[in-house]
Amino acid sequence: MRGNLLLAVDGLRTHFFTRAGVVKAVDDVSFKLNRGEVLGLVGESGSGKSITGYSIMGLVDPPGRIVGGSIRLSGRELVGLPQEAMRALRGNRVAMIFQDPMMTLNPVMRIDRQMTEAILAHADAGEAAARARARDALVAVGIPSPDERLAAYPHQFSGGMRQRVAIAIALLNRPDLIIADEPTTALDVTIQGQILYEMQKLTRDSGASLIWITHDLSVVAGLADRIAVMYAGRIVEQGSCADVLAAPAHPYTQGLLDSVPSRNPRGARLRQIPGMAPSLMALPEGCAFRDRCPRAGRACAIAPEMEAVGAAEAGRAVRCHHPLVPHTVEDA
Amino acid sequence: MSVYVVRRTLQALLVLFVMSVLVFAGVYAVGNPVDILINPMADQIEREQAIAALGLDKPLWEQYTTFIEGAVTGDLGRSFVHAAPALGLILERMPATLELASAAMLIAVLLGIPLGLWAGLKPHSFAGRSIMAGSILGFSLPTFWVGLMLIMVFSVMLGWLPSNGRGPTVELLGVPVSFLSLEGWRHLAMPATNLALFKLALLIRLTRAGTREALLQDYVKFARAKGLSNARVILVHVLRNILIPIVTVIGLEFGSVIAFAIVTESVFAWPGMGKLLIDSINLLDRPVIVAYLMVIVTIFIVINLLVDLLYSVLDPRVRLAEAKG
Repeated sequence: MRGNLLLAVDGLRTHFFTRAGVVKAVDDVSFKLNRGEVLGLVGESGSGKSITGYSIMGLVDPPGRIVGGSIRLSGRELVGLPQEAMRALRGNRVAMIFQDPMMTLNPVMRIDRQMTEAILAHADAGEAAARARARDALVAVGIPSPDERLAAYPHQFSGGMRQRVAIAIALLNRPDLIIADEPTTALDVTIQGQILYEMQKLTRDSGASLIWITHDLSVVAGLADRIAVMYAGRIVEQGSCADVLAAPAHPYTQGLLDSVPSRNPRGARLRQIPGMAPSLMALPEGCAFRDRCPRAGRACAIAPEMEAVGAAEAGRAVRCHHPLVPHTVEDA
Repeated sequence: MSVYVVRRTLQALLVLFVMSVLVFAGVYAVGNPVDILINPMADQIEREQAIAALGLDKPLWEQYTTFIEGAVTGDLGRSFVHAAPALGLILERMPATLELASAAMLIAVLLGIPLGLWAGLKPHSFAGRSIMAGSILGFSLPTFWVGLMLIMVFSVMLGWLPSNGRGPTVELLGVPVSFLSLEGWRHLAMPATNLALFKLALLIRLTRAGTREALLQDYVKFARAKGLSNARVILVHVLRNILIPIVTVIGLEFGSVIAFAIVTESVFAWPGMGKLLIDSINLLDRPVIVAYLMVIVTIFIVINLLVDLLYSVLDPRVRLAEAKG
């Protein structure tokens, strides 16, 4: 592995204690992220990818809470960190961008206040200095006439522009890690491309690591260094972006890839994964995917562990008894 | 902006005109004041003289034109009973009602918003549940009964507070007010609390609902993701958003508190406009009733205008120039 380790999530479990029962939204999730690396966290709705992001931010709301595992940022344990210490990290070392730019900015506050407050929450900068930094941040994300825009309200911006503002806010304190929760999903395709490009450029320039949460494999294809596929609260496959997309090892990943229309032959019926994502309150015994899996066998009644697949140096792992890529043969 | 104000003023005049017709016709239908006002022993000639003196011998439309002609110059007629200008009688009583209404609204706002915020932030806590249970009482207990209970407990049993009247008043810019003296406060406390109770319950519920809804919004999560303190997230991001509906309701309710302080004023013998209205209705003092309703409608119109202006300050998405209707 290149670079040095920034984030190590190990055995993370975030459960929601609802009246109907315990929802294991994130159940034993582990991954590592190096500085400057981009991780694509892929999965269907309800697979736990967003909750994984919120867990890292310390923003899991009751009735949910982290019940186990560890999240280490630059070696510092975040699970169980006192509220004030966590607040000091949020927006400073770890920043987050949300899905719907129409909803993330406060509609009744001017952009300048929404930006400067993010600076002043973490540094003893003066109002004027904070404003200057806010202005520079708007320039960096490509917003024209930033001085006028600072005095504007969110409703005076288009969706794409609002997302740029949100990105500018996330980047204000030069965080080590940015968690982007489907930030392009709500945008037009043309704007999506621009925002993707912008994010790629900005994170590369600032050296920040990026976790890009999405349900859309085509989005991460050109962006991520590594991909982690989540299903029912667990990571089922991890590996480099190129490897996973070229030869998925988990039947679920294969299913996701087959569901992308452009990969299907013209005129052919779109392939889809049969069945529905299971309820997190009533997961099947063993492998959570086995009811929908074409390769499921008797062995699948026992929950599979994360095991290395493919060439040893590729660093790929999959949670499957019958992977599409053979398990790594350990050299004696 | 100025176009907006002009249009609103024209609308207001229209509303006042329509209201005056309705009120005039309504009061005419209620009963004949002559039966009450004139000595039953009077003979037919005296009777007719009195009727002519009050202008009641003319047909309704003529009485109405006379009223409108006067109203344009600010004369809303003379009270049959007090033989004084009706408007003067009302304005004389207005400070007492305004003071009572303001005190009540202040209590409702100062307690209602924090309590509602608390209940919204911790809906499942004991305090949150207690606040909501209390607000149901505030809604459902009849005002007059609560007033009587207050008098019974604090005046009769404990003897702490006076049960009626305004107490000594102090002149403030030529207007008599109670709130500048301790004795005045003692007189004001119970009626204001009584009048505030319903509005308090309303504000608690409104604030709580708004808070709970706002907390689910992405902008709150984003504000927290920026690393803002909880206090800032709640007092700036949440409160500014929920203030918009709250200000509207406070405005409208302030109007209704002024207009319908009648019950509380009657229970506590508060010398305000409401008590004057009740007395006037009992005596069928038509000019006073009509003038009172015109004044109240004007107050409502002015408050609504102020709320709309305030609205545009609070919510940048509202542009007054574009507002229609």
